[in-house]
Amino acid sequence: MSTSQGPPTPAQAPAPSPAHPSTWTGRVREAAVEALPPEKLLPDEQPTYVASWIYVFGVASIASLIVIIGSGMILSLKGPAWWHFTSTGHFFNSIHLWAVELFFFVMVVHLWGKYWMAAWRGGRTRVWVTGAVTFLVAVPTALTGYVSQQNFDAQWIATQAKDGLNSVGVGAFFNVTNFGQMYSYHVLLLPVAVVLLVAAHVLLVRRHGVVPPFELAAREIAPSAAASGADGGRPATGAGS
Amino acid sequence: MSALGRMLRGHDDTQPWRGGYAPYDLVKELCVAVGVIALLAVLLTVLFSSPDDKPSTIAQWSRQLPVDFVGTSSKELAGTSGTAGYGPPYNHNGEGQHAAFLSPQKWLGVSHPINTAANFVTGPLATVPGNPALQQALTEYNAAPEKTKKEWAEAYAKPLEEHETAIEEGKTPNGVVVVNPTTGAVTVKATGAGPVPVMMAGLLDLAKSGGLDGSLLSGGQFFQTDYTKPLLFMADGGLLAERAKGQHLMGDQWGMMNETGSFPGQVWLWLYTLWYQVEPFKASENADILVMLVMGLLSLAFVCVPLIPGVRDLPRLIPIHRAIWREHYRTIRPRSSA
Repeated sequence: MSTSQGPPTPAQAPAPSPAHPSTWTGRVREAAVEALPPEKLLPDEQPTYVASWIYVFGVASIASLIVIIGSGMILSLKGPAWWHFTSTGHFFNSIHLWAVELFFFVMVVHLWGKYWMAAWRGGRTRVWVTGAVTFLVAVPTALTGYVSQQNFDAQWIATQAKDGLNSVGVGAFFNVTNFGQMYSYHVLLLPVAVVLLVAAHVLLVRRHGVVPPFELAAREIAPSAAASGADGGRPATGAGS
Repeated sequence: MSALGRMLRGHDDTQPWRGGYAPYDLVKELCVAVGVIALLAVLLTVLFSSPDDKPSTIAQWSRQLPVDFVGTSSKELAGTSGTAGYGPPYNHNGEGQHAAFLSPQKWLGVSHPINTAANFVTGPLATVPGNPALQQALTEYNAAPEKTKKEWAEAYAKPLEEHETAIEEGKTPNGVVVVNPTTGAVTVKATGAGPVPVMMAGLLDLAKSGGLDGSLLSGGQFFQTDYTKPLLFMADGGLLAERAKGQHLMGDQWGMMNETGSFPGQVWLWLYTLWYQVEPFKASENADILVMLVMGLLSLAFVCVPLIPGVRDLPRLIPIHRAIWREHYRTIRPRSSA
């Protein structure tokens, strides 16, 4: 039973403690700011080693995803049959298709680049895992698009893909010959999963920073460079990829 | 730390960066990247567009390949088609695929029940109005014992199969199957087929009129989005495969990763499709589950790369990183070796 006698007067109210907030909201805010302070979330400088074309492919993957979602939203606005009977619809469908092709291309290059950098080093295992899972989830996202096309490609791909999915029991809840179900997966469920995974991936990159280069053996390092790299610095705050 | 923990963690001497920093505008980089990718997508669209071959219909199938249509329909009636004997998730008539003791195809049961004789043939025929002969044949068929039904359907299907086989082998058919070039009607000289010839003639007429497309799609509701039945029915026949072969889409042509025309298709499925081209998968009756299991294991390994000894060590041993970070290494190396 409550023994409260009404709202506390200013003299009775507990003093707010910014370091240890008592509300859930405050705790979430403090945890978020502690994990990703603004200068870490959106830094305007990067370690000097972030100077290679390979870094472009991470941000290019996100850019492709934005173009995919943008063109997909336009197609969604007009419905799944629109692109079959209007040149404007066909144009946006083509942009959607080529953005997907570009997405997979730049993402594969990004993944190979990160592999050869061993980008999981220094406590970054989750960065690799979220990136790899994103790729794996992107595959059925694209597949559901192909079987939602309502043309001969959709018919053939659906009738071929069903056997692999049925063989492992997936067909019971992921029926590629059911246009309505595949369309729902394609425009909502799987894109949401991809976007959430990409967001988690990027936030983890922000939190842990871009993986530093492999250390060179001591005999390979110039004395002056070794000295400048060993003192007066600060932890990396992360880059786009 | 346990031995397993040490093995999974591995040797990692990566230290936080304590060197220099340079200005880097992430937001600007993203905006430029979106612009460049959008422009590239527009350029590729203008140059290549996208494929959109019209879908096949059962009406088209029955008009273009009436013998194939009637032959497939008789197999659906006899329960000898691919779908009829598929097993889960469509029916209990087959064991489905398995790998050793694993049969996941059966774990979730029959989620999309299909009785090919009832759903593809007798059900649609029952909706045809104004054809007393057809309804009489249907009544006779429905009243017969299951064994007799099967014998009738097989007696009708056999000459059709022989006809198709003769054509595939380049031989002259024996004349028991005749197609009227004007009407497209198929006459099969089959003995012991009972009412099946009348039923098949009625089904062919229904299909040519377009009525069977709608009949297979309807499930008792006005709005429909599930094409499982018409797609499986057509996949049992030859029209889809004939079109796919002409568009390099067959399984032995790297199958569904391709698209109609000369478009790249789903090239990211290359590894999945690769297994179907090589033994022992290629000739296995359980190829689908074997390929899916292999791809499942490879996918798991891909996610777990940081934990797999050897795989995670290759980047250190093969110095591709020297090219990636060549600017960085140049600044910290002695001038004599730079």
